[in-house]
Amino acid sequence: MIASLPRSAWLRAATSLYVIAFLIFLFAPLVIVAIFAFNDAPYPAPPWHGFTLDWFFGNATKERLGLFHDAELLGSIWTSIVVACWVTALSIIVGTANAFLMERFRFPGKQVLSVLMLTPLIIPGVILGISILSLSSRVAEFADDAFGLDLDFLRPGLPLVVLGQFSYIATIATLMISARLKRFDRTLEEAALNLGASHAAVLRTITFPYLRPALIGSAAISFLMSFENFNTTLMLVGSDSPLTIMMYGRMREGASPVLNAVSLFLMLASAGLALALMRGGARAPAADTAGKA
Amino acid sequence: MSELIAALPTLSGAWRRRFVLTVLLAPAVLWLLALIVLPHVQLALLSLRERIAPHVYAPSVAQYRTFFTEPLYWEVFVRTAILSAVATALTLLVAFPIAWVITKVARARASSLLFAVCLIPFWVSETVRSLGWLILLRQSGVLPALLVKLGLTAAPVELLYHDATILTGLVYTSLLFMVVPLVSSLESLDNSLIEAAYDLGASGMAILRRIVIPHAAPGITAGCIVVFMLTLGNYLTPNLLGGKNSQWFTELIYTQFIVRFNWEQGAAFGFLLLGLSTFMVAVGLRLSGQRFVDVMRRS
Repeated sequence: MIASLPRSAWLRAATSLYVIAFLIFLFAPLVIVAIFAFNDAPYPAPPWHGFTLDWFFGNATKERLGLFHDAELLGSIWTSIVVACWVTALSIIVGTANAFLMERFRFPGKQVLSVLMLTPLIIPGVILGISILSLSSRVAEFADDAFGLDLDFLRPGLPLVVLGQFSYIATIATLMISARLKRFDRTLEEAALNLGASHAAVLRTITFPYLRPALIGSAAISFLMSFENFNTTLMLVGSDSPLTIMMYGRMREGASPVLNAVSLFLMLASAGLALALMRGGARAPAADTAGKA
Repeated sequence: MSELIAALPTLSGAWRRRFVLTVLLAPAVLWLLALIVLPHVQLALLSLRERIAPHVYAPSVAQYRTFFTEPLYWEVFVRTAILSAVATALTLLVAFPIAWVITKVARARASSLLFAVCLIPFWVSETVRSLGWLILLRQSGVLPALLVKLGLTAAPVELLYHDATILTGLVYTSLLFMVVPLVSSLESLDNSLIEAAYDLGASGMAILRRIVIPHAAPGITAGCIVVFMLTLGNYLTPNLLGGKNSQWFTELIYTQFIVRFNWEQGAAFGFLLLGLSTFMVAVGLRLSGQRFVDVMRRS
């Protein structure tokens, strides 16, 4: 019952109990991952064998290679960062263009286009992956047969991973940037134009500064979603694995606490990103992370 | 873009507008055509052909026939659909009280804190969250050890690889996508309606059924649609928490495409999954009388 109505003591107790149970459910997996990053044992499992930083800095034996000496893991983090930068740049450029297109122009077929822009959100990530894979290999085959060209970037690998992730992250960037552009007071632009400013000057000094929070926010969300993406990436990945794929592979082989160390590192990085966003005044639209992991 | 516009001072207004429109349309059309429409056309073509000899293909519905004649395939399909529906219902049950506490019970500060806290786990990758569940639930893990210590079980039990485990993981992964639309739809519910009903003697159940649920219906539908879709298309959680027992349909697609290199069969599976997902979205929209565009914006 709501706060302004009388609530019986047991209802209050039940509510508090439920909230506590819910929070435990929410945080238990994360806390456990963090704790076992420091356990001095070859497996991330109880009992506790004492505190160690080996899983971060260890370099003694091959079995005890810490995160910062594990070239394979560090390489996959770097791969993820490179992919995420590409996806973010593409998504922001296309998202901004789309926002202006949908908010400022009327043209035949606009309705169809606006629905089409939302479809990537309802297509399961696995299917986005296989459909892009099948088209790109068809094109590669065609180029090979018709012109004898070997188009390597159309084979499973990082360029396809970038395109696959971009295909739906662009929708999210479009939605976020459009939402802000929609609330923009166009009389500001008209006033500037009346006062003799050029279109370019208006964009640079009025419209883009207004859009900045949405651009920063959607860049952060795009980066995060790209970094975390698994489903689409799994279908398109070649020999260089981004971090999520690498972690998945190692988890199937049997976990080593170094994965906990990477995870803790990721949690801290995400937390840093979230804090920076909130500090930056951009309303962190975490709710817009809707999508596929 | 501003450079482009600046470079065109000589063009008249209408022409310039037309030019800018073309420049803005190009990326959108290229994106949707090259990465969404054409890939799905190619996938459809793949699914509708059959290999009759090496490098020789003929149009056929054999891939779809295989799906319906091979019990394993459609059993996994139905199982995935049912478990996804159960996971969606469970997510709603778990998330609703929390959304209620956030919007109606907690005071302003506590409420925004609780909401922010609810979002935190979703800043962390699903891989990390699954790793957490693995460490918690596996036979040598934390929870079985705890159960032994509490004297509830004599020896550590394996908590992984059950349907309940998969459901737990799926509910966990989906919570955010349910809590957010529920909170936004409950926020707009005027407290005085509930007070009035209470003063007139309505029971808690009656208030829930006659006032709260009808008001929150758009949020409930939006949340359920998104959660069902994401659950159906999930690969990581069922695969890691269910192991060999998971039998999730996306795994069949992966196996056909990547492991067995039978793209025709994999494409057909992909379309069946897409069909089911689209169908459920359409049913959800029809039931609640909402538009697709509004639901996607809401979530």
